[in-house]
Amino acid sequence: MPIKSYIAYPVDGKRNELIMKIKALDSCELNLAINEEIFIVVTDTFSEDEDKMIYETIVNMPELKHLTLVSGFSDEEISN
Amino acid sequence: MFTQNLNRRVFVKKMATSAAVVSAVSLFPGIVFAEEQQVNLTEDNLNWKKAPCRFCGVGCGLLIGISNGKAVAVKGDPRSSVNKGLACVKGYHSVMALYGKDRLKKPLVKKNGVFVETSMKEALDLVASKMSETIKNHGKDAVSIYGSGQWAIPDGYIASKLFKGCIGTNNIEANARLCMASAVTGFMTSFGMDEPMGCYEDIDYANVFVLWGNNMAEMHPVLFSRMLDQRQKRGIKIIDFATRTTRTSNAADKSILFKPQTDLAVANAICYEIIKNNWVNKNFVETNCKFQKGKTNIGHGLTDDFKFKDEPEQIDFDAFKVFLEDYIPEKVEKYSGVAARDIKYMAALYGDPNKKVVSFWCMGPNQHTRGTWMNNLIYNIHLLTGKISSPGNSPFSLTGQPSACGTAREVGTFTHKLPKGLVANEKDRAFAAKIWGVPVENIPDKPTHHTMSMFRALDRGEIKFMWIQVTNPMVTIPNLNRYRKGAEKEGRFIVVSDVYPTPTTDVADVILPSAMWIEKTGLFGNSERRTQFWEQMLTPPGEAMDDGKQLLEVAERLGYGKYFQYSKENYAEEVYNEYTQFHAGKKHGMAPLEVLKKEAGMIWPFVDGKPTKWRFNSKYDPACEKEGFHFYGNEDGKAVIWQRPYEAPAESPDSEYPFWLNTGRVVEHWHTGSMTRRISVLHKAVPNSYVELNPEEAKELGIKNRDRVRITSRRGTIVMLASVNERGVPPRGQVFVPFFDEHFLINELTLDSYCPISNEPDYKKCAVKIEKV
Repeated sequence: MPIKSYIAYPVDGKRNELIMKIKALDSCELNLAINEEIFIVVTDTFSEDEDKMIYETIVNMPELKHLTLVSGFSDEEISN
Repeated sequence: MFTQNLNRRVFVKKMATSAAVVSAVSLFPGIVFAEEQQVNLTEDNLNWKKAPCRFCGVGCGLLIGISNGKAVAVKGDPRSSVNKGLACVKGYHSVMALYGKDRLKKPLVKKNGVFVETSMKEALDLVASKMSETIKNHGKDAVSIYGSGQWAIPDGYIASKLFKGCIGTNNIEANARLCMASAVTGFMTSFGMDEPMGCYEDIDYANVFVLWGNNMAEMHPVLFSRMLDQRQKRGIKIIDFATRTTRTSNAADKSILFKPQTDLAVANAICYEIIKNNWVNKNFVETNCKFQKGKTNIGHGLTDDFKFKDEPEQIDFDAFKVFLEDYIPEKVEKYSGVAARDIKYMAALYGDPNKKVVSFWCMGPNQHTRGTWMNNLIYNIHLLTGKISSPGNSPFSLTGQPSACGTAREVGTFTHKLPKGLVANEKDRAFAAKIWGVPVENIPDKPTHHTMSMFRALDRGEIKFMWIQVTNPMVTIPNLNRYRKGAEKEGRFIVVSDVYPTPTTDVADVILPSAMWIEKTGLFGNSERRTQFWEQMLTPPGEAMDDGKQLLEVAERLGYGKYFQYSKENYAEEVYNEYTQFHAGKKHGMAPLEVLKKEAGMIWPFVDGKPTKWRFNSKYDPACEKEGFHFYGNEDGKAVIWQRPYEAPAESPDSEYPFWLNTGRVVEHWHTGSMTRRISVLHKAVPNSYVELNPEEAKELGIKNRDRVRITSRRGTIVMLASVNERGVPPRGQVFVPFFDEHFLINELTLDSYCPISNEPDYKKCAVKIEKV
């Protein structure tokens, strides 16, 4: 059940579409910058497989230019 | 149980968000998040304790969340005036460095080339017997200890007392020689006393910040965030004066690039302009300053027999003015690459009587073959304009390590130093012997080896035993091939105390597993003279033992136990109480433990229950013996404005090796990465080192981003990935390589030249060639 945080860089002019699409995913929470295009995505998933799937889903969105992993906590680290 | 786990998940999620917010702030200075202020961490089931951060010299106050005997969470301490609740990505993930899978837990002894586990008792017996045997057969100066600006204060103090006061050798050095020795000699030659006169509160008052070769956005990110915050609130200006374009340049109001080594000339040109435009604060200079010059053409320390002693001579203002005629901005422009108008612009900022100016610097001016001179020159600018020792006016030399100031500089873990004063001074030796309770004859009156000299002596065989604690020289020493071979030679005995295996433990005969940071009680001292205490929060794993205790155990075995009568449970506190006797008084008095236990650190001099935030100014400093400014480090109470010329570095690019090589750090990794590379998220963020190339030159050489590139100097060669137009962008003719990655030992290529006054090596300049592989 990993938890990860990312910085998302949208394609120019596609920020709102990207936000809507990621918001629609169950395991994601967003924190939006109010004076820059980028925003933060935090994923909280039930398994490593779901974690990978959600990552693949986001990185394949055409509105996304780039996704940078910032922080990651594995099951073991969360339950410590 | 379910609720506890749920709370833990909410908490971890908020930590992950905080880390991303902090990263984004360093990438996009001034960025504001809708929920930034809402990251309130759930605190159920956690016992929060304060500690200074383990990593850099900023000295952020952290709160560590402890649960079931483990450190599980970190947040910035809102009570700390250093970071005001902020932390950087390293700080937020710091506790994860305690739990790497390959943590050293048992002592290892090399037998027939293979490391074999042993007990701590047997390992310490072996260390003590090898030391005794070496001293008996080869003399006291055949044994040495090489420590660190990451030593806690009690650890460094015990090392100094054992080696200087008991064994009777001055063979003690710390890796801080590699990062801030030039800052020390800069302070000593200009003011007669070490460490900055101001404090971080200067950030809240200054109008202009000039960053001299200092990528603060990555190296001091929390202080950089504080500057950016001030820009939003008060419209301050940040000038980045550097040799390559970095995240700091991108966030600055103005980025000015100079060619390596020519910062010397530009600083003099700024002084020229200040005088030419009558921006000199005449009253301040006449009352508080004197002018001196030293030797010139002073060499670069490249040979084993190199020796240098400066001979200061008094000069006057007129002679200084004539000297500066060589540094007219238009002349300096020709070899510095800095437009005359930019030099004049910087001079005008310093010269404007209505602007308060802070200069920040760190490794750029320090790791420099004229490092002492560069420090002197920045002070010259502040002294000429009188912008010093008052809120917002501050020449501020930052440190890299968490206790470079507290342990290395203040305890004096260098060959020439004592906790107070110098080994060469009879009075200082007598004072140390009295506090240590040792015969004064024990302390030798001559310094032996500075760091480079010590590793050269190990190579030559004059030093046969070296104990290395809390540092990783087999990654960090310049011209590394020579010194690694030296350490591996027959007849050398190397002991390494560390928390993880490193290239330095590879060359050890004995590896002692160390307790790390909050697994012991300790104190660090940061860049702004702030001493911070933390108590032991965790039990060290396996047989790991803190460095000070290892030294005490060996001292006992060597027969010096009577000089170290501290209790086993509370020795760190007892050592601190003994140590503070050295600094008692208005000039360096340190806060007592009961204050440090309550507060998020305290600045020294601590006088009548108060910290002295600005020294040498009678308005703020009770040690001043006259009204106004009093630079009491010098007997006449005056600061020195030094005549220091531009001189070329030891090696410059030529037709065979046409590029400058510059080395440094990245925000995600701490120094050689031995801890941060074990934190998965930091490792994944920057998994390997790389070489930054100028985009145009990369294209001309047919090199694309992530291509393999061979870098060769006269001392070594390395193949690594190219980085083009990514984090940093060097100008034409320069490349940059971070040194955190032990798989790419860039110091096999660097040159072991050093500043002849500070003996600090220059990691920023040597000549290399580049080829696509």
